[in-house]
Amino acid sequence: MRLQTGTRLGLYAVLELARDPQRTLSAADLAERFGVSSHHLAKVLRTLAGAGLVRGDRGASGGYRFTGNRRRTTLMDIVALFEPVPGRRAKEAGADTDIGQALQSVLLEIDEIAEATLRSISIETLLKGCLQHA
Amino acid sequence: MIAIRSAQASDLAAISALDRRLTGSDKPQYWQDMLGPDRHFLVAETETGTLAGFIAGEIRAWEFGQPAAGWVFAIQIEPALRLQGVGTRLFEALVARFKEKGVSRVRTLVERRDHLILSFFRAQGMVAGPSLQLDKDLS
Repeated sequence: MRLQTGTRLGLYAVLELARDPQRTLSAADLAERFGVSSHHLAKVLRTLAGAGLVRGDRGASGGYRFTGNRRRTTLMDIVALFEPVPGRRAKEAGADTDIGQALQSVLLEIDEIAEATLRSISIETLLKGCLQHA
Repeated sequence: MIAIRSAQASDLAAISALDRRLTGSDKPQYWQDMLGPDRHFLVAETETGTLAGFIAGEIRAWEFGQPAAGWVFAIQIEPALRLQGVGTRLFEALVARFKEKGVSRVRTLVERRDHLILSFFRAQGMVAGPSLQLDKDLS
């Protein structure tokens, strides 16, 4: 499964900040960690802040920290901020034909499985798994 | 304090009632069958002796070509007692019994829209298994 760059950065940023909710990291710190431009990451962080998952503080010691609930927030909650929710995408040309409908039901099945997987993994569960891999 | 022990016939009324309240379906015979000798049926009990939850499973070998694995058929926790580790205690107790019987894998099937129970099993370290479940409406 391929996620858009913004979605991946959103996941990385939330997970990195959620590792230690007391810790504050700047957009530049996070960008350096993931090897991306801080301009792109700043936009992603604004979206995450709007959803209440992170909070940005201004000033010299400014930066972002995690403000969500590790046990209640799932990977799907983050993905849904950046990608259209499966099954609710705009209709594409040909979707009303019999072949289009049959194809849609296959794509919907795949989307439902992907959504169920992303929705079943909380930030807490994923971070626990990444500690085990470390 | 929660205690985990094997289910007994005297637990069936409370088990059926909890399941009926949570699923909306009444299946006393199914729970009665879970007391069978090949089944592993455990309850979690509060200090006052009330039912906090239950878990049921079985070891199955060579079904669908797969070597022996422990299967979890059902797990239910009293909603007022959730998020206190009761489900984890039940799951770990069942897994310990499976290990004693020599199996090294545990499996279950979950409705893919049931995100609550899917999250629970994920938190126990379970991931997508090697099989795909297929289904057909015969009506």
